[in-house]
Amino acid sequence: MKILVCITHVPDTTSRISFTNGDTEFDKSGVQYIIGPYDDYALARAVELKEQSGGTITVLNVGTAETEPTIRKALAIGADEAIRVNAEPTDSLFVANEIANVAKDAGYDLILMGRESIDFNGGMVHGMVGELLGLPSVSPVMTLDLDGDTAKMTREIEGGKETIEVKLPFVAGCQEPIAEWKIPNMRGIMSARTKPLNVVEPSSQAAATKLEKYEMPPAKGEVKMIDADNVEELVNLLKNEAKVI
Amino acid sequence: MSDKSNNHFAGKKAANDFFESPDFYVVDDLLTEEHLLIRASIRDFVKKEITPYVEQWCQDAYFPYDIVKKFGEIGAFGPTVPEQYGGGGLDYISYGLIMQEIERGDSGMRSTASVQGSLVMYPIYKFGSEEQRNKYLPKLASGEWLGCFGLTEPDHGSNPSGMLTNFKDMGDHYLLNGAKMWISNSPKADVAVVWAKNEEGRIHGLIVERGMEGFSTPETHNKWSLRASCTGELVFDNVKVPKENLLPNKSGLGAPLMCLDSARYGIAWGAIGAAMDCYDSARRYAAERIQFNKPIASFQLTQKKLSEMLTEITKAQLLNWKLGKMMDEGKATTAQISMAKRNSVHTALTIAREARQIHGGMGITGEYPIMRHMMNLESVITYEGTHDIHLLILGADITGIPAFS
Repeated sequence: MKILVCITHVPDTTSRISFTNGDTEFDKSGVQYIIGPYDDYALARAVELKEQSGGTITVLNVGTAETEPTIRKALAIGADEAIRVNAEPTDSLFVANEIANVAKDAGYDLILMGRESIDFNGGMVHGMVGELLGLPSVSPVMTLDLDGDTAKMTREIEGGKETIEVKLPFVAGCQEPIAEWKIPNMRGIMSARTKPLNVVEPSSQAAATKLEKYEMPPAKGEVKMIDADNVEELVNLLKNEAKVI
Repeated sequence: MSDKSNNHFAGKKAANDFFESPDFYVVDDLLTEEHLLIRASIRDFVKKEITPYVEQWCQDAYFPYDIVKKFGEIGAFGPTVPEQYGGGGLDYISYGLIMQEIERGDSGMRSTASVQGSLVMYPIYKFGSEEQRNKYLPKLASGEWLGCFGLTEPDHGSNPSGMLTNFKDMGDHYLLNGAKMWISNSPKADVAVVWAKNEEGRIHGLIVERGMEGFSTPETHNKWSLRASCTGELVFDNVKVPKENLLPNKSGLGAPLMCLDSARYGIAWGAIGAAMDCYDSARRYAAERIQFNKPIASFQLTQKKLSEMLTEITKAQLLNWKLGKMMDEGKATTAQISMAKRNSVHTALTIAREARQIHGGMGITGEYPIMRHMMNLESVITYEGTHDIHLLILGADITGIPAFS
C-alpha cells in the first residue's frame, strides 16, 4: 500500500489576518502556521490505514522552504518520507499540476488530501488531480475503509450521506470524522529528524491566475436578541427596520 | 475503576482553553524547530487530555490513573533517557519545555511526570545495572508501570542525611525497615526507588516492588494542594529485598541529590508554565471585565500587575533557557539549579496571587485555573528543597560556609 498525502501549510485558525504592500500580500509577521486541518484528518487516516495493513506514507507539499517545519510535523505524526515541490502555491490548478506531476509514475494506491485548504478554501485541487491523472476523485469523504483493492467511503451530500465503493487507485478530499487528529509523540519527533525530505523543482507550468488585491470581509453588524415569545416584535423589526419582508 | 463512566470526565470542551504562552523577548528564537514542535505537541496534548478535566479532578481529589499510559504514549516520561531504554533521547531544553507545558495544565500532573522521569527512571539509568535498566526503564517509559521515589521521612525532610530507614545484609537478601512520607505517586506505584542506610550508615538506593511482603503505601488524604496527584507513605516492615535490586553504581547522599537536581530543573520550567497560565488568564480577564464603564485592563493598577508578571516571566524564561544549555553541557551546578527552582516557584506563586486579584471573586472559583495553580504551588515551593533551603544552598555557594550542617 502506497499512500500519498498532500498537505497545505496554512495560518493557524486563530491568526489575525492582515495585508501589506497595498493589500496585495498577506502579512505573515507573527503568524503561526499549521498543517491544513482537513489535510491533517487525511494524514491521520493514512496513519491508521498503515497501522492496519502496512505500507508507506509519502507526504507532499507544494511550498517554499518555510513550509519545512510543517512537513517535519507530518513526518513526526507518522509519514515515512516527504517531498516538497519548491514553489509558491499560487493557485489550485498550479498546485494540482505539481501534485499530478509527482504522482503520475509513482504508483500510489491512495492520494489523500483535505477537502479544501483553509487559506483560500478553493476545494478544487482533489478534483483537478483526479482529472489530470485520469483517476476517480471523491470529496468530501467522511469515512474510508479498505477491503482489498476496494475502498468503501461515505461522503457528505446535501441533506444526507452517500455510501460509495471505489477501486484503487483514487483521489479523496477528506474531512472529519474520518479520523481524529494525531499529536506527534516525542519518539515520532525524534525519528522525523532522519526521515527523507526531498526537494524537487516545479514543472515549468505557470500559474493561470494573477492576484490583484486582497480585501477583508465587512465587519459583522450588531446582533439584536429578541425573546422567543415576542414574534410580533421580530416581524416589526424585519419589516420596518431591516426592510427584508 | 472505569474512568470513562464517571463524572471526572464530564469536562469542559478543550476549545475553552485558549492558552498562548507569552514571549515578550522572542525567546523562541533561542529554540530549534524541533523544540517548537515538542512544545506545540505537548501543549496540544495538555489541551486535549488535561485542561478539560483537571478542574473536576482537583475538586474531587481524584488521580486520573489513565493519564499514566497517556504520558507514556506522548513521551513525557524520561525524555532525556536514551531511546534504547524507551526514553526520548532528547536534550534538557526539550525536557524543560515538556515540564513547562504539563505544569501549565496542572502542577500535580507535572509532579507525576517529574517523579517518574527524574526520580525513578533517572536513578535507575544513572546508578542501575544493565539488567535493572532493561527490566524497569522500558515499562516506566511506556507508562505500563508507575514509579515513586522515597527519600523524605516523617522526621527528616530538609535533612535527609538523618534518615532512619535502613537495611541489613541477610546473606541472600536485604531486610528493609523504616518509613517514607510525602511520596508522590506512592499509592499507585508499581516500583519505588528507596534510599536507605546500610549497617555502616551509608545511603544506598534500592528498588522495591509492589507485592513484596511487608511493603505498603498508605495514601495521604485531605490535601489542599496537588489534588489531582496521589501522595502517600512508603512503609517497610521487614521487607525482603532481593540483592539484585540494590542500585550498584553510586551510594551516599550525593546519589539522591543528583536525582533532585534533575527534578528541580524540571520544576524551574514547570512553575513558569503555571505562571504563564495565570498571566494569560489574567490578561484576557482584564480585557473583558468591565468596571466603571471600561475594561479593568485600562486601570493603572491592573497594568502594573500585568507588567510585573510579564517582566518576571520573561526573566525566568531566559534563566531557564541558559540553565538548560548548561544542563546539556553537563556544567550546571546544584546551586545554579537551586537559584532557578527557587526563582521560578516564587515568581509563579506571586503571579498566581496577583492574577487572583485581577480575577476578583471569579479568581477563587473553578471557572478559572488561578486558585488551583496557587494551591498547587504551595506544595511546589516546599517540595524538592524548600524555598529557604535553596537560599542556604546559594548562601553556601557564595560564602563557602554551609549554614545547615
